[in-house]
Amino acid sequence: FTQRKLDSETLEELEDLLIASDLGVSTAMKLTESLAEGRFDKEITDEEVKAFLATEIEKILSPVAQPLSLNSENKPHVILMAGVNGAGKTTTIGKLAKKYRDEGKSVMLAAGDTFRAAAVEQLTVWGDRVGVPVITKEIGSDAAALAYEALDRAMAEAVDVLLIDTAGRLQNREELMAELAKVVRVIGKKIENAPHDTVIVLDATTGQNAVHQVEVFQKLAQISGIVMTKLDGSARGGVLVACADKFGLPVHAIGVGEGIEDLDAFDPKQFAEALVGIEG
Amino acid sequence: MFDNLSDKLGGIFDGLKRRGALKESDVQAAMREVRMALLEADVALPVAKKFIADVTKEAVGQKVLKSVSPGQQVVKIVNDAMVEMLGSESQSISTASVPPVPILMVGLQGSGKTTSTGKIAKRLTEKENKKVLMASLDTRRPAAQEQLKILGEQIGVKTLPIITGQQPVEIARRAMDAAKLQGFDVVMLDTAGRLHVDADLMTEVRMVRDLVNPHETLLVADSLTGQDAVNVASEFDKQVNITGVVLTRMDGDGRGGAALSMRAVTGKPIKLVGTGEKMEALEEFHPERVASRILGM
Ligand SMILES: Nc1nc2c(ncn2[C@@H]2O[C@H](COP(=O)(O)OP(=O)(O)OP(=O)(O)O)[C@@H](O)[C@H]2O)c(=O)[nH]1
Ligand SMILES: Nc1nc2c(ncn2[C@@H]2O[C@H](COP(=O)(O)OP(=O)(O)OP(=O)(O)O)[C@@H](O)[C@H]2O)c(=O)[nH]1
Ligand SMILES: [K+]
Ligand SMILES: [Mg+2]
Ligand SMILES: [Mg+2]
Repeated sequence: FTQRKLDSETLEELEDLLIASDLGVSTAMKLTESLAEGRFDKEITDEEVKAFLATEIEKILSPVAQPLSLNSENKPHVILMAGVNGAGKTTTIGKLAKKYRDEGKSVMLAAGDTFRAAAVEQLTVWGDRVGVPVITKEIGSDAAALAYEALDRAMAEAVDVLLIDTAGRLQNREELMAELAKVVRVIGKKIENAPHDTVIVLDATTGQNAVHQVEVFQKLAQISGIVMTKLDGSARGGVLVACADKFGLPVHAIGVGEGIEDLDAFDPKQFAEALVGIEG
Repeated sequence: MFDNLSDKLGGIFDGLKRRGALKESDVQAAMREVRMALLEADVALPVAKKFIADVTKEAVGQKVLKSVSPGQQVVKIVNDAMVEMLGSESQSISTASVPPVPILMVGLQGSGKTTSTGKIAKRLTEKENKKVLMASLDTRRPAAQEQLKILGEQIGVKTLPIITGQQPVEIARRAMDAAKLQGFDVVMLDTAGRLHVDADLMTEVRMVRDLVNPHETLLVADSLTGQDAVNVASEFDKQVNITGVVLTRMDGDGRGGAALSMRAVTGKPIKLVGTGEKMEALEEFHPERVASRILGM
């Protein structure tokens, strides 16, 4: 391994390394500044640097690593999935349904994306794969009305968990965000405290815009947690660190593929080490 | 935060007299601000570094103009360099070849391939009077073929009938055969989303390419992509030889640095941009608009 002086040039290189993992300029600067404290101009090894940075990142992430656990007092426990287009909402619902089913829970899905071509068919395939019912309405229907109907059915059949899909929407599209806010409102009117979880799905390949996605979805749809998908590629999802730092929202799980089993628990240590380039 | 780069650069050059040349130290201070703006806009690090080095070289020693402030002068140098790097003239989809002309759509999962396939087919049909056939080679994602079929019905463009169980290469062959027999001008081939690091799936799409020999191979990429943009673009280009990029979700409020990253590492033009979910939400690429967006001006 190499040893070198922790001078401003080295610090800039380290900052660059973090930026290249999508941590963003300000988070990267904060981390390298804390590294420099008491160590500036001293000799340091690559291993020490990486270990320090990984530990600091892990400290930010550990408090938010919380699985999406069901409260059995909720009948049903209602989970609403939201996020920008193509992030992985529908797929993640399929994976979660499988997980809860394996835990012996009764599960129902609601095809709340009443907009995109074949969104209903897509969720229906997932329902068939897991062997759980899917509540649907024809394309073009009101998403809030579909959610309402699904709640009725879920209550009547006393299912343990109801997972509601929504259409993808960019956070700056006001009319679409208002529509999502309405879905949340309608659910809350029907069952007090529902949705019990409103999860935003973030794509790991997304850059700094993800921070703004969380900010706006939290404000308009009361987001309660995050799932990050597509971590099986070469993007490392560093923007999650900025999100954890800024919002403190739970990170429930990560997507690592397109298959039904490709949903992992969020492991802050492993995630932090991958970010700074320590092989796991 | 970084509302106005022009103001910041103005500040740096405040002290400079309206005479002489741009000093290296001033330019370097200005470039630190530009670098920050680029990175905050998700321009990939190696691309940002090279851009800064090039522009610094160009700016240092330039005579201070009488007509504008030195700050404005540097902003113009930066802006012009970026427009140039993004590709000054817009280039549209080419169909100038022996019909049926194959166009292959590739990219990561969820980037907007299927939607963009429909949008381009609609445009070629309505604006260029082409007879277009669309075929989905996506045998992986649930209801992917159904999705393209529904879009075809919405826009009045034919899709290849779905035969379940058929694999991508066979579907591509069937699409080309059908297009020849039925006199189609263009065949749009939508493919499953794939990661550039997935060797099996990259081999699969190469087999399709080798079979149909596409006239255009378009990488469909999300304009909100972060630092990974360079890996995605250079790997897809290396492995399937793309002819251009379609940048989606430009209706978002992302700063769009991925446009610069992808263009810089592949040298391939950004041909069209997606600006919404609807089939008409497709526009020409305007480098000046994207440059201002990246620079936050
Ligand atoms: N590699 C990989 N692909 C994923 C992952 N999660 C989802 N995908 C893929 O990403 C694409 C989009 O996933 P969807 O679940 O349809 O995304 P969505 O958010 O529901 O999309 P819209 O409803 O259109 O907004 C599909 O091709 C999925 O197979 C993941 O963790 N890794
Ligand atoms: N806002 C916006 N949404 C878009 C745009 N282009 C595509 N979408 C949406 O992005 C999501 C994914 O689009 P698809 O066309 O299914 O993406 P894909 O690349 O075919 O996805 P896979 O086949 O799963 O890899 C859908 O919800 C589309 O409506 C765009 O330019 N703007
Ligand atoms: K990834
Ligand atoms: Mg969906
Ligand atoms: Mg598709």
